Amino acid sequence: MPATRIVAPAKARKGEVIEIKTLINHPQETGFRRDNVGRAIPRDIITRFTCTYAGEEVFRMDLFTGVAANPFVAFTTIATETGDLVFEWTDQHGTVTREQARIVVT
Amino acid sequence: MRRGLEGMSRRTLLAGTVGILVLPLIGDRALATPDSMAEAMDEVLGKGARIKPGRVKIELPELAENGNSVPLKLSVESPMTAADHVKALYVFSERNPVSNVVRFHLGPRSGAARVQTSIRLAATQRITAVARMSDGSLWSGTADVIVTQAACLDET
Repeated sequence: MPATRIVAPAKARKGEVIEIKTLINHPQETGFRRDNVGRAIPRDIITRFTCTYAGEEVFRMDLFTGVAANPFVAFTTIATETGDLVFEWTDQHGTVTREQARIVVT
Repeated sequence: MRRGLEGMSRRTLLAGTVGILVLPLIGDRALATPDSMAEAMDEVLGKGARIKPGRVKIELPELAENGNSVPLKLSVESPMTAADHVKALYVFSERNPVSNVVRFHLGPRSGAARVQTSIRLAATQRITAVARMSDGSLWSGTADVIVTQAACLDET
């Protein structure tokens, strides 16, 4: 499973707009490159990233070949309740990488 | 909207542009054209959709030394309330092999309409971002980037 990194606050005040940053180690191979003997390197990309908060989707991203390797994203959400932030990256083959982070809202 | 080139002399800009024009074709893949970007926009936004300039701010470096990873920041003027918010943000390229670069789906729970990511740029070009609002209106912003080393599409 590809390595991921998540930066999200562990605590927040209710109603606060928090910023979340995530990164996944992935070549995001475009399919336009060739290897050293001239064979085309097949496309291999992450196509979708979602973030749910206490079960509800709060952010989604569609990725194409134009997203740089090791796809990074920073986005915001409102701290509404204590719960789990669940991050899912789906690649073109449908393989899902899942991570989560707990946020305590006071 | 970004007027990113104001700090640059006309000569620098011209030199950069000419530099790109004389670059050999990259690999055996023709790069996309502004026409294919227009097609992609029609497909995503609806044919003949009315897109108003404004409200969308794109931040990209004026000069990207390496097209493989260029930081992109987007923000939209929006209260982000249940009644008035950004539903989606689309990024289009006029010179990459694929015109659709990335899309973001937001909502009132976003709290703010701002996102960041890193993109690939195959050539010097203008990047266009379009926001779809909850009332259905479309707003756009653009940014010009000079790319000195293109994202690898070559045969190395």
